[in-house]
Amino acid sequence: MTVAADALMAAPPRKLTRHSMTTRAVIYGLLIVFAIVYLMPLVVMVMTSLKPLQEITGGNMFYLPHDLTFEPWKKAWGTACVGLTCAGIKGYVWNSVRMVIPAVLVSSLLGALNGYVLTKWRFPGHKLVFGMMLFACFIPFQSVLIPMATILGKLGGIGQTLIDATGYSFGFGDPTVNLVLVHVVYGLGFTTLFFRNYYETFPTELVRAAQIDGAGFFQIFRRILLPNSAPIFIVTVIYQFTNIWNDFLFGSTFAAGDSSPMTVALYNIVNTSTGVIEYNVNMAAAIIAAAPTLVVYVLAGRYFVRGLMAGAVKG
Amino acid sequence: MATVIDPIVAHAVQSPHLNIKDRLRDWIPRLVLAPSFALILIFVYGFNLWTLVISFTNSKAFTNFNFIGWANYAKLWSWTFQTDPPSNWYTALVNMVLFGGLYVVFCLVLGLALAILLDQKIRGEGILRPLYLYPLALSFIVTGTAWKLLLDPGIGLEKAVHDLGWTSFHFDWVVDPRMMIYCVAIAGIWQTSGFVMAMFLAALRGIDSEILKAAQIDGASAYATYRRIIIPIMRPVFMSALIILTHMAIKSYDLVLSVTGKNPGGAAELPSTFMYSYTFTRNQMGVGSASAVVMLMTIAAIMVPYLYSELREKP
Repeated sequence: MTVAADALMAAPPRKLTRHSMTTRAVIYGLLIVFAIVYLMPLVVMVMTSLKPLQEITGGNMFYLPHDLTFEPWKKAWGTACVGLTCAGIKGYVWNSVRMVIPAVLVSSLLGALNGYVLTKWRFPGHKLVFGMMLFACFIPFQSVLIPMATILGKLGGIGQTLIDATGYSFGFGDPTVNLVLVHVVYGLGFTTLFFRNYYETFPTELVRAAQIDGAGFFQIFRRILLPNSAPIFIVTVIYQFTNIWNDFLFGSTFAAGDSSPMTVALYNIVNTSTGVIEYNVNMAAAIIAAAPTLVVYVLAGRYFVRGLMAGAVKG
Repeated sequence: MATVIDPIVAHAVQSPHLNIKDRLRDWIPRLVLAPSFALILIFVYGFNLWTLVISFTNSKAFTNFNFIGWANYAKLWSWTFQTDPPSNWYTALVNMVLFGGLYVVFCLVLGLALAILLDQKIRGEGILRPLYLYPLALSFIVTGTAWKLLLDPGIGLEKAVHDLGWTSFHFDWVVDPRMMIYCVAIAGIWQTSGFVMAMFLAALRGIDSEILKAAQIDGASAYATYRRIIIPIMRPVFMSALIILTHMAIKSYDLVLSVTGKNPGGAAELPSTFMYSYTFTRNQMGVGSASAVVMLMTIAAIMVPYLYSELREKP
């Protein structure tokens, strides 16, 4: 599918029947109308975040801001109330960053090693192993929540014992560490899938030649496969980053309160039941939550789409 | 040089008198894969089994092992037909059919339409295409926040249409318990249809242009070409998209909560939210886990044959 995805991104439109001027006008018209519909929510979000509250409740959401203000952004970042603490979302952005970086790196690296073994060092039953790992991508996470909560509770108990004994928990029971663990485990299926399909097309002769020259398992991986893996690493890192940053179910279940990731904080800000609804602050917070993945999309859309396609269809 | 070394190495590898170091080297690939596979075995298969076991107990707020047979499933089964007043499970199933049906059908139709329109030698495709795809980079919580604002009758679409002069226009679905689920579907379609478009577009670009040229020479109209040649060729992609969308619909969770604002009164209940609330807030973990098992079985029934056929294609 990566080849097809590249063909899609390269866009060499095929020659079809020549259309009349009216047909072309209709095609462009429809495409532009759709583009406007798809863009509208984002545009409205940005405009709303830049308006004072009375302009939102009294005015029209599709009008440009009359009294442009950046106060909602400052408030969302620094002083908005999430639950009972009113320190804005900056702490939660940091929570997400601390969670997403190790989770992405570990799951991608493990996926690379798994893909390497499953293509270049095959053993009897490799297909079953891969199939079982692949199914893990698609389970509804509801079916693992209860055992996960129990196990993470046990880890918290170990952490408490360690604190009593040594004064330090060594990461046991830390919500961020827990989320990293969860995201690594449930990301492994996809990262393995990506690297397996990529290494499948990598010439096995090169690996065999290096083997004959006396190179070992890790040496071949480091010297031959890794230097040629940049594209698939980018795809995998982007895919994992987007998924983990955007996760809500695990974040809301296993990291409550001040340790929750950005998506959970945004949900709590928007759905607070106290006080006036500050639409502008909500939208500023939503854009901040969306910004990292949107920036990645704008900078590396090609790899982003490739990841999506590879995640849906086997290569 | 390599040809000289080759037989020697081959001999060494095949020699029955392997020392411990050599034997260890043979096991390295499996040892590298083992931790990942063990994690998947425990956290996916073990945990699913654990949830299955809990579904046969009368676990309340905490897990216990008082087995009560099929009672939790019997409860779900009787709730399936409890329509007046509707049980939460009945509401969840009805909403699942409504939301899932609309989501899958509209994503497929819109995705195919956009892909066909974009495939007509469009100028500026590079600008248009990313606009249909960017929602995929967003978190469902952000999407939900945006659409909740957009559809809000007080300040959103309804208000804007009133400002245009059509004051009898009425659109308050997002705050109407009976219509909320349709708003969830709208937001979901907005988010995912671009993905289907990308899948179809990649497939369209992958079609052999010789076939199309032949059709053109035979005087087939553009419509006939699509109807008779292109769409039938794309049937496998269509199946893939259908399966991926169905599985995403069943797993939808964050979107319901964020579009409806905490799913007030369970009006937009889906099996995923049903499971969560019965397990973590209503203290009926036995019933919650039974519903999780139902979700898992449904997804397995869809995904296992799909993955099996995808894996079997390649040697």
